[in-house]
Amino acid sequence: MSETTPARLRLHIPEPKSRPGETPDFSDIRVPDAGILNRPPVDTPDEHMQDFAFGLIRVLDENHRAVGDWNPRLSADTLRAGLRYMLLTRVFDDAMQRCQRQGKTSFYMKCTGEEAVAVAQAMAHDNDDMFFPSYRQQGLLVARDWPLVDLMCQIFNNPRDRTRGRQLPVLYSARDANFFSISGNLGTQYPQAVGWAMASAYKHDSRIAAAWVGDGTTAEADFHHALTFATVYQAPVILNVVNNQWAISSYQGIAGGEQSTFASRALGYGLPGLRVDGNDFLAVYAATLWAAERARTNAGPTLIEHFTYRAAAHSTSDDPSGYRPADEEKSWPLGDPIERLKNHLIAIGEWSEEQHEALGVELRAKVKADLKEAESFGTLGTLPDEPRSMFDDVFKDLPWHLVEQRDEMEKL
Amino acid sequence: MARMNMIQAINSALDITMGRDPNVLVFGEDVGYFGGVFRCTAGLQKKYGKTRCFDTPISEGGLLGAAVGMGVYGLRPVAEIQFADYIYPAFDQLVSELARLRHRSAGEFTAPVTVRSPCGGGIFGGQTHSQSPEGVFTHVCGLKTVMPSNPFDAKGLLIAAIEDDDPVVFFEPKRIYNGPFDGHHDKPLQPWATHPMGEVPDDYYSIPLGKANVVREGKDCTILAYGTMVHVALAGTEEAHVDAEVIDLRTLLPLDIDTIVQSVQKTGRCLILHEATKTSGFGAELMSLVQEHCFWHLEAPIVRVTGWDTPYPHAFEWHYFPGPKRLVKALQTLMEN
Repeated sequence: MSETTPARLRLHIPEPKSRPGETPDFSDIRVPDAGILNRPPVDTPDEHMQDFAFGLIRVLDENHRAVGDWNPRLSADTLRAGLRYMLLTRVFDDAMQRCQRQGKTSFYMKCTGEEAVAVAQAMAHDNDDMFFPSYRQQGLLVARDWPLVDLMCQIFNNPRDRTRGRQLPVLYSARDANFFSISGNLGTQYPQAVGWAMASAYKHDSRIAAAWVGDGTTAEADFHHALTFATVYQAPVILNVVNNQWAISSYQGIAGGEQSTFASRALGYGLPGLRVDGNDFLAVYAATLWAAERARTNAGPTLIEHFTYRAAAHSTSDDPSGYRPADEEKSWPLGDPIERLKNHLIAIGEWSEEQHEALGVELRAKVKADLKEAESFGTLGTLPDEPRSMFDDVFKDLPWHLVEQRDEMEKL
Repeated sequence: MARMNMIQAINSALDITMGRDPNVLVFGEDVGYFGGVFRCTAGLQKKYGKTRCFDTPISEGGLLGAAVGMGVYGLRPVAEIQFADYIYPAFDQLVSELARLRHRSAGEFTAPVTVRSPCGGGIFGGQTHSQSPEGVFTHVCGLKTVMPSNPFDAKGLLIAAIEDDDPVVFFEPKRIYNGPFDGHHDKPLQPWATHPMGEVPDDYYSIPLGKANVVREGKDCTILAYGTMVHVALAGTEEAHVDAEVIDLRTLLPLDIDTIVQSVQKTGRCLILHEATKTSGFGAELMSLVQEHCFWHLEAPIVRVTGWDTPYPHAFEWHYFPGPKRLVKALQTLMEN
């Protein structure tokens, strides 16, 4: 036996390809052609679903045509509705960000560049399906026609805030829209969505559940709890990972995206993982329809990875120039979801630049009017209620010690 | 001597311990390249390399579990939990593992992990960026719990915590990162640059864990406080025209019982002030200890001023926060009894 020096171990720390001051580099992202993946039956055994976890489901090609097996063949009216909801979400985001800068709210979070995910998914679901979102799926509420004034009042914590001033701006709760109360903690809603779906199955209901997390949150244990419970009980649930490349300052490699795709996490648990071009409205819509049909026919849960890009800062408290190249979003190889759907509609003769411009004017006017209404109820600094209301809802009935504390507060 | 705010003082403590001991590793969410969302680790990756200071996945249980393993190997990990409100996914690793490892292995295995975490309210953080969970950890056998109230202490205590061979949970009240906030939210914040405790030596020094600091001597009553509340105590004392002795506990566990007992036996009256909720909070433990040790010296019932027993309400921050107004009233009650 020959004597060899044992290899010295070294600690690997993942690094993104470019940092501030450098040229954005997405050369490692493979963008397969649209339409090349087939659309398998929803009850396809998981061992035949490998390609979908590592490939990329894409419908819109470089000529703005919808191609291939996954084309959901939506009517022009549906496409225009999707375009409208996405643009409305973006206009709303821009307006609320301005409100934060003007001191009308303490905080805001945009979803710029990711509008297709929430909007297409809300439209592909039934309206009574239950959503367990994270903080960047405002498009779900927009596409369910939830009043923007209601969202604005929550953001302003004014007397019309349905969370009664208890939550940070954007941590909405909208029971009537089948939209679960958003937690500030990450990933906690994922196993909860599975539990809701298990309950729906137990009750022989027809409603399914869906949940959303970011790429970063797949590292939390709750992500793995959810996949385990979903597969064990074959829960009628769609588990979405919105891979927008960045978790505040950490690129998706820090969440484990360097060695494999997030969709492929599903395979080890025995459920299909679909990796989808998240900036392709039609692909997101189609993948969601597939997973929803699977859930509704008792064929089991699905994990969908939406491959997209967080074009905005994490929140109004964040400045991305400290950790990624300026204007990196302009180099993103999958483009902008609104531009892509707009170009598709134009390419099929169902839309024009003039109509698009008019839509922008209309939506900005709508948001401005809504904002005026919401502001009339108060902005940051207007208390949403009497301070004593903070003691409500800690329990259904107030125990003596809280009554005592509430009295003490009021006597101050 | 340099002028430092609390962020710079913490950064300096990390820098110095990393420089002195190659086994000190610093990691957490957004801690590496970016330098932390509060900038406490700024520049450390550049200076010590990305295997000494790095980002972790968003997995508090994962990062503290890994810290235990590194500690067992012989490293001295300093892990950051970005907000104390996000420490709960790591609860099992902290409570069942880190805290009890020395005891269950009869000293065969230990992990000298320091867990740093910004805590407390006053920054409009709502229920998920405002909590003060220190009492949860003082209840766990095997964890030391520290909360500094100023830059000088933060640096000295953090160096002591990192050098300690037992696990330490080190809470940093984020409201006082930039200045000694005294609860007067409608007044401008004094920067640490003009405060004596913002004078921080550049070099190595440490402040022993388990030693309180009498920040104001007085004879009328004793106020026990820590973190942000030390500054509220000082403001409230002046406003109530009460000659209170204000004790900054600095370390909650192990507690400097001698300093507390000496003071309360002198003054005969005791008020406990913390931002955390009241029921089963650390104030309940302090109250018990004062009662056990000072009963025959007490001239009035011990008083607690704390956060209300509700989740931290975003829009009612200043109705919730136990500021000087509440303290003044409580001091008057304490002195009238």
